[in-house]
Amino acid sequence: MIEINNLAFSFGKSPVLQGISMKLEEGKIYGLLGENGVGKTTLLTLLCGLKRPGFGDISVDGRAPFDRLPSLLQEQFYLPDEVMPVRATPAQFASERACFWPKFSFINYEELLREFEVDSTQRMDKMSAGQLKKTWIAFALACGARYYYMDEPTNGLDIPSKAQFRKALMKYTSDDSTMVISTHQVRDLESIIDPIIILDSKEVLVMATLEEIAQKLTFDYGKELHPEALYLEQTPGGAIQVYPNTTGEESKVNLEAFFNTVHSHKDVTKQLFK
Amino acid sequence: MDFNSDKPIYLQIADSICDRILSGELGSEDRIPSVREYGAELGVNPNTMMRSYDKLLGEGIVFNKRGIGYFIAPDAREKVLAQQRADFLEKDVPAILERLALLGLDTSVFNKQ
Repeated sequence: MIEINNLAFSFGKSPVLQGISMKLEEGKIYGLLGENGVGKTTLLTLLCGLKRPGFGDISVDGRAPFDRLPSLLQEQFYLPDEVMPVRATPAQFASERACFWPKFSFINYEELLREFEVDSTQRMDKMSAGQLKKTWIAFALACGARYYYMDEPTNGLDIPSKAQFRKALMKYTSDDSTMVISTHQVRDLESIIDPIIILDSKEVLVMATLEEIAQKLTFDYGKELHPEALYLEQTPGGAIQVYPNTTGEESKVNLEAFFNTVHSHKDVTKQLFK
Repeated sequence: MDFNSDKPIYLQIADSICDRILSGELGSEDRIPSVREYGAELGVNPNTMMRSYDKLLGEGIVFNKRGIGYFIAPDAREKVLAQQRADFLEKDVPAILERLALLGLDTSVFNKQ
């Protein structure tokens, strides 16, 4: 369990995060959503110990990430948005770095590289952006870590790789791992992230499971306009409307529409998900 | 699997298992994959998979042998048939009748098939 208590962080005098408190449970894949500049990357770098909390604290099963204890570092992996084009082939890279993660599996690594169709004899600094990203994702998932923090992992991936990525996330992690994945590409990850955390101007606007979202809001894909729609988006085949769920029947959550609903009705949704 | 319908994904997964039971692809006492295996196959979150399985467990369509896995119940086919027939009569038939009326047709179109 990861516990974040009243966390705050500033760059100089400008606050980025304020009063963030939440509990992240094991076995879950959290989706961290938010507009540009709300502090998603900052939160991930605080979680993995690259930054020191300005106020409050983070406890990863009793350990503070910024202490950078080897016992914690060997159980976590942070995959940044921009990954390093290392001057080595994927095989050489793993033979040097894998020793830092005792549970690293070379078998899984090779399997992942094959599934992602990465040429493991090519040097990483000569690869295309997508190939390089896939190599890093393969390395990350082969580490067998318990805590994963991934910043926009589907950025730069081609269409088949996105599906591969979703499958690999489930296949190569275990029930005791906790993942936090930030993304703007909600469609890429729609079926795989749950619960959803929406960060907004320094604070957590909503944190809810898909089940809770579907119980509280109805996503109506029909053509008839609903008088109480909080959000309406025209689509080629009709419309998506979001309104409070009064029947108790669940509909399919559309994360983009959910995000836009939360953004256009911050107070209403905050009240709903309190 | 393409989750295109308006139903929650967990229900769509449960429906697809029921369809495979109806078609005979999944038979009595057949083992179905674990939550994580099935999730990896579909690229779906473990929470969602668990909800699909919970629903099928609750309806007695699937049962759980501790430590071994999930299996199709012996009377699963009868249960699914009864459920889906009731569903069809309650939801699909009125929708078809409404559509027929909208198009100026009646149920005699079925006789011509």
